[in-house]
Amino acid sequence: MTAVLRAHGLGKSYGRRWALSDCTLDVPAGRVVGLVGPNGAGKTTLLNLAVGMLAPTSGTIEVLGGRPAAGPAQLAKVGFVAQDTPAYGGLSVEDHLRLGARLNPGWVDDLARRRIERLGLDFTQRAGKLSGGQRAQLALTLGVAKRPELLILDEPVASLDPLARREFLQDLMEAVAEHELSVVLSSHLVSDLERVCDYLIVLVASRVQLAGDLDTLLATHHRLTGARRDPATLPADQHVIAASHTDRQTTLLVRTEAPIHDPAWTVGQLGLEDLVLAYMGASAANRDHRPALEVIR
Amino acid sequence: MIWLTWRQFRAQAAMMAAALAVLAAILALTGPGLADDYSTGIAACATQSGGCSDFVQRFFQDHQDPFLAVTAVVLVLPALIGLFWGSPLIARELEAGTHRLVWNQSITRTRWLAVKLGLTGLAAMTAAGLGSLAVDWWSSPIDKTAADNFPRMEPLLFDARGIVPIGYAAFAFALGVTVGMLVRRTLPAMAITLAVFVAVQIAMPLLVRPHLIAPTRSTIEITESSLANIGMPPGNAPIRAWLKAPDQGAYTGAWVLSSQAVDASGHAVASIPLSRSGACAPPQGGPAQQPAGAKPGDELSPCFAEMKRLGYRQRVTYQPSSRFWAFQWYETGIYTALALALAGFCFWRIRRRLS
Repeated sequence: MTAVLRAHGLGKSYGRRWALSDCTLDVPAGRVVGLVGPNGAGKTTLLNLAVGMLAPTSGTIEVLGGRPAAGPAQLAKVGFVAQDTPAYGGLSVEDHLRLGARLNPGWVDDLARRRIERLGLDFTQRAGKLSGGQRAQLALTLGVAKRPELLILDEPVASLDPLARREFLQDLMEAVAEHELSVVLSSHLVSDLERVCDYLIVLVASRVQLAGDLDTLLATHHRLTGARRDPATLPADQHVIAASHTDRQTTLLVRTEAPIHDPAWTVGQLGLEDLVLAYMGASAANRDHRPALEVIR
Repeated sequence: MIWLTWRQFRAQAAMMAAALAVLAAILALTGPGLADDYSTGIAACATQSGGCSDFVQRFFQDHQDPFLAVTAVVLVLPALIGLFWGSPLIARELEAGTHRLVWNQSITRTRWLAVKLGLTGLAAMTAAGLGSLAVDWWSSPIDKTAADNFPRMEPLLFDARGIVPIGYAAFAFALGVTVGMLVRRTLPAMAITLAVFVAVQIAMPLLVRPHLIAPTRSTIEITESSLANIGMPPGNAPIRAWLKAPDQGAYTGAWVLSSQAVDASGHAVASIPLSRSGACAPPQGGPAQQPAGAKPGDELSPCFAEMKRLGYRQRVTYQPSSRFWAFQWYETGIYTALALALAGFCFWRIRRRLS
């Protein structure tokens, strides 16, 4: 399978500040990729590089085998729902659909109209009068109806209330199943991604901390609880991501491919949220020296 | 893309079309009457002994206000186009974030910009051209009578006639787009566009236009048409004569860049000193009764003869009225070239730098 997104040493700086640095990724096709990280971690920068809104300062990025925004054909292959789901305030929903139809050769008008009808949006309503959730749905409709191979969404649910958020994501998943899209979706909330993603990228402080298949990630990370001991005494194949100690007890979060047989530990499974938070915390603790880049394929 | 450009532009286009239609209607209703008044007046005065100067002056004074008003419309129109069509064109998209929507449809941003710039720019030039054409037609009788006060080569009238308004509109529009793209916010972009456009419009006639073609220099005899004032200071000081730019004959409608009196050795003088006992002295016992049939100023001809005898002449640097169309083409070309350069910069920037 070809990669939908392949980056090598990718970086973007604004003056002396690096919004994204040394990003190396290889995301396979057919996945729903969750890009997660705290605010300001560089998620938007990475996605904007992927759609060609930004040009990289260093390194390379390839999307579906082509340079982002290289031409009409490349633009047609990638759908993008930008942050805050912008829409022309003065144009009606109908106008937006006509915009999509005029500007995209692969546009499926029937699909777009059915979606809008199903969502209960008024075709004559101006986009400026739509609620945040409705506008997000309109933007998603534009993104889906151009029939891209890859749909990229930048914090599409950030401004939505929990109910609208759930509906939007459900709707997205239906579209994904129906049209066999690859999706890259960013959020600063793990709970948003948990329901929909099968591939995870954790981005903290402008660096990729973790990237990999979600099931594999969950299967290879464990919480170990036992009597207090020095993490340095662990076997070499167990990498400590996070450690916390009380007077008598030690809790470790380790990554290992091998099963854990040491009877001194109580081995617990991790949820996605624990996993992401552990990597975010590890990155914060390691800020002084170069954080280890953990990429698992 | 043409559809989208039109959809976004149609409200502004309709407003401009309505404004131009109102202007055109007013001009169309009053224009023929104006032209009739002028031709009958000229025909009548041509047979009279006093000549047409009275009629010309009266005609101009009667119509000065609407003349200035329509001229102002043509002067202001390009600035309005730059402000309200140019500045928001890209800035509004960047401000609202909608560029992130439209640049991710299956159309390159170069093409997007090309269509927007091309269509709106052509509309801007058309609007300015139509406005200028209508005003040209309407005010042509007044323009003929305005040569004394507003020669057509001089900055005010030159800027509001012919084809230069088209060049101004193209430039103002491209300037607005460029500033909007750099500033990324509509209101500051409009303010900056206005300031820069006004500065350019002032700099052009001051610094560039006089030198488009080397001005004509000539040294001429002093006549009635260039005499501003003769004064007799109290005491025994000589009588003094001050000159003004000539506005008759070859100088009708011309743009006089400088004019000064020069003495016999060719040095410029501020005023001409004349003997109290010479021909320029006022007639004894108050102004003499003029003989019937004499033109006003005839009694001064011995005075001009004396100035000539003393070697005083007038040195004039000017752009003659016959260069009107050459200058119109040059200036339109310059402004169009500036507009194209700005558009080129926009294309470069939208590809390389903008996000």
